[in-house]
Amino acid sequence: MMGNDAVVWPADLPNSYIGRAVPRANLARLTQGRGEYVSDLQLPRMLHVVFLRSPYAHAEIVSIDVSAAAGMPGVARIVTGAEMAGHCTPWVGVLSHLKGLKSAPQHALAVDRVHWQGEPVVAILAASRAQAEDAAEHILVEYRELPAQVDMFEAAAPDARPIHPELGDNIAFERRLDAGDVDAAAAASDHILSRRFVFARHTGVTLEARATIAEWNRAEQRLTVHMGSQAPHMIQNIVARHLNLSEAQIRVITHDVGGSFGIKVHIYPDDMAVCALARMTGRPVKFVADRIESFTSDIHARDHVLDGRIGVRNDGTITFFEIDDITGIGPFSVYPRTSAVEANQVVNLTGGQYAVPNYRARTRVVFLNKTPTCQYRAVGHPIACSATEGLVDLAARAIGMDPVEIRRRNLIRDDGYPCSAPSGIRFEALSHHAALDKLLAMMDLPALRADQAAARTRGVYRGLGLASFIEITNPGPAFYGVGGARISSQDGASVKLDASGCITVASSITEQGQGSAAIIAQVTATAIGVKLESVRVILGDTDTTPYGGGTWASRGAGIGAEAAFQAGRALRENILKLAATILQSAPENLDIHLGVVVDKLTNTERLTLAELARIAYFRPDTLPQDFQSELMATRHFVPREYGFAFTNGIQASYLEVDTETGFIRLLKHWVVEDCGQPINPLLVDEQVRGGVVQGLGAALFERCHYDGQGQMINANMADYLVPMAGEMPDIEVAHVISPTRESAIGAKGAGEAGTAGAAACVANAVNDALAPLGVVITEIPLSPEVVLRALHGG
Amino acid sequence: MKAPAFGYLRPASLAEALALLQSHPDAKLLAGGQSLLPALNLRLSQPSHLIDIGRLAELCGISVQQGRLRIAALTRHAELQASPLIAQAAPLLHAAIQHVAHPAIRSRGTIGGSLANADPAAELPACALALQARIDVLGPGGARSIQACDFFTGLFETALGSDEILAAVEIDTPCEGAVFGFQELARRSGDYAIVGLAAAGRVEGGALAELRLAYFSVGATAILATNAAACLLGTAADPASLSRAEAALAQDLDPPDDLQASSATRLHLARVLLRRVVSSMMPQQRLAA
Repeated sequence: MMGNDAVVWPADLPNSYIGRAVPRANLARLTQGRGEYVSDLQLPRMLHVVFLRSPYAHAEIVSIDVSAAAGMPGVARIVTGAEMAGHCTPWVGVLSHLKGLKSAPQHALAVDRVHWQGEPVVAILAASRAQAEDAAEHILVEYRELPAQVDMFEAAAPDARPIHPELGDNIAFERRLDAGDVDAAAAASDHILSRRFVFARHTGVTLEARATIAEWNRAEQRLTVHMGSQAPHMIQNIVARHLNLSEAQIRVITHDVGGSFGIKVHIYPDDMAVCALARMTGRPVKFVADRIESFTSDIHARDHVLDGRIGVRNDGTITFFEIDDITGIGPFSVYPRTSAVEANQVVNLTGGQYAVPNYRARTRVVFLNKTPTCQYRAVGHPIACSATEGLVDLAARAIGMDPVEIRRRNLIRDDGYPCSAPSGIRFEALSHHAALDKLLAMMDLPALRADQAAARTRGVYRGLGLASFIEITNPGPAFYGVGGARISSQDGASVKLDASGCITVASSITEQGQGSAAIIAQVTATAIGVKLESVRVILGDTDTTPYGGGTWASRGAGIGAEAAFQAGRALRENILKLAATILQSAPENLDIHLGVVVDKLTNTERLTLAELARIAYFRPDTLPQDFQSELMATRHFVPREYGFAFTNGIQASYLEVDTETGFIRLLKHWVVEDCGQPINPLLVDEQVRGGVVQGLGAALFERCHYDGQGQMINANMADYLVPMAGEMPDIEVAHVISPTRESAIGAKGAGEAGTAGAAACVANAVNDALAPLGVVITEIPLSPEVVLRALHGG
Repeated sequence: MKAPAFGYLRPASLAEALALLQSHPDAKLLAGGQSLLPALNLRLSQPSHLIDIGRLAELCGISVQQGRLRIAALTRHAELQASPLIAQAAPLLHAAIQHVAHPAIRSRGTIGGSLANADPAAELPACALALQARIDVLGPGGARSIQACDFFTGLFETALGSDEILAAVEIDTPCEGAVFGFQELARRSGDYAIVGLAAAGRVEGGALAELRLAYFSVGATAILATNAAACLLGTAADPASLSRAEAALAQDLDPPDDLQASSATRLHLARVLLRRVVSSMMPQQRLAA
């Protein structure tokens, strides 16, 4: 199904791998244990670093005594914050386009004061991790505990004691928006519904923990950083800046990475310390976070409380949305992407799927003495989507309208593009109604409603929930670049034909398991006209790949793959020029089919690429003197017209609530999403499913529990509940295809769609199930305790 | 994190294991290692030595002798799960074992380790209570047996002496009219339950002639809810009796608050399980369902 009249890639041409579910080339390597993760790397003379971390949420460091630890077996060096400050300068995580955003200088190792439980305080370098841990037990740090800010409302109060006195208060950022006329719309409404939505703080829990090895080459005066990162060029820039080196002195290598979800796109103090320690010691230094420290040192996300209001007329017209959002971040805004982006997204996205011009919003971003929060998969989307879709269901219920019908009446029409939302975000082409139609066709709504009614006669409470969503993908410089961050929004690719007729493509995007390498190979093979197997992909090395942003914000397919496609087209042209010269033909009369130059009209094979490469590389003497072959091409790409390529979709959940125990059983989940042209439908579907599972984790399980002193009390895999296969429903995925016209391929991002709407439709389904009991819950995770409290009070 | 350094000893016989245990008072016994090794890696436990009893044939095997089922200490959870003898002679254990953690853990973890560890959230100690198991231990002074109700003395504490080794569990095979029930409420499959109930009893003439309700994850140890059980004795677990038993449960259980549930929620869930498990044990109600 197509959302507009753009050309969809023909998947059946032998030359086209775009739109085909081909297997990933790196699967065999990864599944046979031949991956090259940073944790696997062993370098000569390597030291292992362990960080002694703050046990307090907020305290002064009175003294540090390392004398007993310094002489322990294997210990090479122990470094405190005071010493580290001379080798690594502090940073401040602000962006100029987020007006008023403030933060305080943050050090690689805490100096004088610790600000959250888990902040690194002392680095212990030893011959093995075990020896460093032994020594860490003998370091005596005397702290004077300070009162901790652990509640966002208390911390935001005007008389609250600021965590950073020099900043005046704990409000890192505040944004207000007022579009249309909310007051007039409210006056013209038949019903106005208000509701508080609560979103717990959670974290990313990557399969591979963060890992970094840095090595300083004294002779070259150069630092090589092996890091499980999403954005190697960003790391290069920032390490250079804070170690007082030039970017040319830094090489960042990012090979295999075991999951990221946004966790691995930020600057972490321990990683910066590793880089400085390598330079200080002249030895390779390895840091692999253990699971316990990951929970308090990896960024957290969400932690929002949102008061929402919606107006509706009896005919189903939604008249306005209004939100007042607050979020508790850490004691610092995270560098360099800042901790204000999620709240900013909530303001941008809320109500964005509906043709409702009246919208008022406020968000406040509040410093807390907890682990810093920052961008994690589907930044802000689940909050905006849950609030919007929760309010829409409340409005539907108030006027006695079916949840499908109220969405039909208010979703932006599929022929209404391009257009803008009241928050100013611009949509090129979305397909809400086509997606809704497709969803209804997939799920057989009448049968589900009949099953639900039959279940209720048995005292079984089943419910069905919908959630339409929009998703930001393919971000241009509007995200970070305009705010002054040196984070590239363009990506590049270099494609070359080697002497045996095979293709190597080096791309600036990175892979963390989602299939980046696979899609780069597919678009490159398609652009040139070669077999997929003859394309080798190089990612993640600032010395060998073009400059670019990396993989984050659902941009790898839409931006990185387009650059590879353009580079492939350029190389194809060069190949055809050379072939025409060799064959005494004209480039426009030739084509390349599966690695062979053919006559375009007759498909007659004329010359293999291996033969062509042989001539170019070894017998250029046989070519005309004025002809120089160029069998390598580089192109870069960034979308220009739209700041972001918005995608859309709709999800549905069918579930059962055990009203006696509060347990929720997910029965089925459906997703229809529109990421434009899918490059590899298999990978897109798995991205969507994985995203849904992470969204379901947030809906039912995931929560960082803190006590009143700012201690995270479930920082382990037994007590922090990630979603597991046993509780997951079957997830059916389908697509509407509305390609973006900003690129030749037409791909938009697909990595966050699943996460954006999963929790919203689960919450709506729970409320549908509990409707006969008059109960509405707008808090996630929907733990048994939360459900029982709503059902039985107390 | 990495475990602190420790010595590793692997005795060739049970007698040698007992001797090593006496000569190394700060040592810990290593069987399946599914609780001990994580504790070492978290540096919560720092024994001088591990005495690996994992290969002692004397501690292996499942058998039935004179109406008693004997399960040797090293019997892995996976063996329990797969054993036809267990399914026949201890259906409660068979039902419970599938709820113990995940396949990888069940492949290593042992019944002796689980009982000796005495985790209040674990399934097997509650089953031992419900089944009135006898726990056979060996020490420097020879063998002795401890009734399950005397074995679990506190949070991760048992009547097992520091110089003793848990050798086997013995359970009476089911008598005429024996009934069992097991349910637990865990957020995710394989997690420790918020509340769980292992129940065993005997039905005679349609009424409960015996009933032991062993709750887990509700206190410092698995707990026999004797007051609630008393309300059901001699009844057919009719709604009124069940209600009385639910009310009486407050005298048996005083569950702690934790991350998963408050004390009040736990008691509520324990009541829900009481009704569900006991109902499932009554033949006529099973038919009705």
